[in-house]
Amino acid sequence: MIVRRTDRVVVQGITGKQGTFWTERMLAYGTQVIGGVNPKRAGETHVGVPVFARVRDAAQELGGADVAVMFIPPPQALAAAEDAIAAGVTLLVVLTEHIPAQDVMRMHAAAAGKCRIVGPNTAGLVTPGEAFVGIMPAFNTRVFKPGGIGVISRSGSLGTLICLNLVDAGLGQSAFIGIGGDPMLGTTTGDALRALDADERTTGIVIVGEIGGAMEEAAAEEARKITKPVVAFIAGRASPPGKKMGHAGAIVTGTAGSYAGKRRALEAAGVKVADTPAMVAELIAASR
Amino acid sequence: MDLEEVEGKRVLAAAGIAVPAGELCADPAAAAAAVERLGPSAIKAQVPAGKRGKAGGVRLVVNAAEARLAAQAILGMEIGGHRVERVLVEQRADIAEELYCAVLNDVATRGPLILFSAAGGMDIEEVAAKTPQALVRIPVDIAHGPDPERIRNGVGDHALADMLARLYDIYVRSDAELVEINPLVRLKGGGLLALDCKLTVDDAALYRQPELARRGAPEKQTELERRGREHGLKFIELPGNIGVLANGAGLTMTTMDVIEHHGGKPANFLEIGGEAYTKATAALALVLANPGVKSLIVNFCGAFARTDVMAEGVVRAWEELKPTLPVFFSVHGTGEEEAIKLIRGRLGLEPHDKMEDAVRAAVEAAR
Repeated sequence: MIVRRTDRVVVQGITGKQGTFWTERMLAYGTQVIGGVNPKRAGETHVGVPVFARVRDAAQELGGADVAVMFIPPPQALAAAEDAIAAGVTLLVVLTEHIPAQDVMRMHAAAAGKCRIVGPNTAGLVTPGEAFVGIMPAFNTRVFKPGGIGVISRSGSLGTLICLNLVDAGLGQSAFIGIGGDPMLGTTTGDALRALDADERTTGIVIVGEIGGAMEEAAAEEARKITKPVVAFIAGRASPPGKKMGHAGAIVTGTAGSYAGKRRALEAAGVKVADTPAMVAELIAASR
Repeated sequence: MDLEEVEGKRVLAAAGIAVPAGELCADPAAAAAAVERLGPSAIKAQVPAGKRGKAGGVRLVVNAAEARLAAQAILGMEIGGHRVERVLVEQRADIAEELYCAVLNDVATRGPLILFSAAGGMDIEEVAAKTPQALVRIPVDIAHGPDPERIRNGVGDHALADMLARLYDIYVRSDAELVEINPLVRLKGGGLLALDCKLTVDDAALYRQPELARRGAPEKQTELERRGREHGLKFIELPGNIGVLANGAGLTMTTMDVIEHHGGKPANFLEIGGEAYTKATAALALVLANPGVKSLIVNFCGAFARTDVMAEGVVRAWEELKPTLPVFFSVHGTGEEEAIKLIRGRLGLEPHDKMEDAVRAAVEAAR
């Protein structure tokens, strides 16, 4: 799930407004976008990239693809995911928000054992100085620069702020892994933590979590097993219980998913938890 | 979206799951007349909320006079923030045992989960906490549907297994997040009967569930929250006095957190992330419509959302509405240079370079 410059990327929904805007930026950054998909525009070239009817066609004609990224509205997202998985990509980045949960489950069932899904509702993946896939401002040098900190975030906007603070403090990132704001994610905080632990360039890890679900609690168990310093910030301390705070996954029901529970679990595992986003950089700098 | 019991039971009945004979009544006289026809009954508040029994919203009656009194007491009650407008009058059953069953989205397995317990009638969270061994959990592969043999082995009974298969079909066909029958009862004379039903439909799937969307209970919301919804904005009113306008759920929650960290109280949650980032004008009008707001923090951190587009919307709304309260900006990420230029040029304000400083200033100004 750490994106590399050698990864061959297909953009689903490449001809739309967002697909076009972000494909241009990915290409300019150095990401190898080898093809795009739009069934109505197959055979054309868009932003310098050949367009196909399906990811399967793109993979077949171009000699294989590693990554698919979806700029696809919710009603078509499941079919798009099934196409990408059938094409043999090993990583599928699902940016789409508000996909019906049962479609998400079908997506995960189709991907099981074949393809890693990142998302849904992720802002994507960035490896500063190398490549990015998704809708993060990788090209903004105040936000991203090559370095040793791996950042895991459920949120794109907050992830951006944390990365900005790191760069302000003189720290760059080895990878940004946007896992997504949905409740049923293909890649969890714990999965991303393991990947960053195994990554040689990563010397410290920042978890940007949120209230809701049990991913941070599970990641705390993973954090016990690794030696790299881990710092966390959990958003939602001031949020009222029983309300979905924008992200479908960010809801506290009863005591499950609460800020206090997450903080307790992380601290018990030796993870330093920052009170504010500004403290994250200080804590990670101090623990290295 | 939650459905009231009576609507959920309509869905059960249509799928061949037996429910008690009942009538929906809006006044005590109708409830009394219904009991004349049905005999001993339960009078049940219809609100999309749990724990109705504990709140006094369910009463057992034997005759019309009792029914009238019970309905009088229950109608107009407030349960879980909802006013009771209707009661369901339901014929009482001869119960041999109370069971529990549900089908729901399971985050851990990323698939559907069938839950069954021989200990029904109680709060299922309580059952799960106290006697987890009494809870049968059957994960389902959504691509293939449930394995009938596995269900039969799990619950040990053909009639129950058949009922669970029907419940699973309802779950799939309704795009449910949860469909729960608690209690499901076995009658003394044999047979199963659903005494209650909770059906929650996935909000993201309402576009393809028009019938259920129409039957679902409207979410409890304030006037401003309703206006936000009309503009396609997620707005939640809070008791504080510092207005919040930010982009993205994570950053918006964090802005609220930092306000509280510095001793302030946020007046709202309002994010203009995703495609909604072009709706800054409507969003600002919404925040300012709350008369309790004493200061405002505008915190943008553009990834997907372009801060210059959002700033343009805020500036335009500011020029139009001419509010007098103090406002503090923090703007970073995609489009920040243009955004900062706009705010300086048209509002004559200097955005704070650090979000913390902007928040602290807003907290100070609200005092």
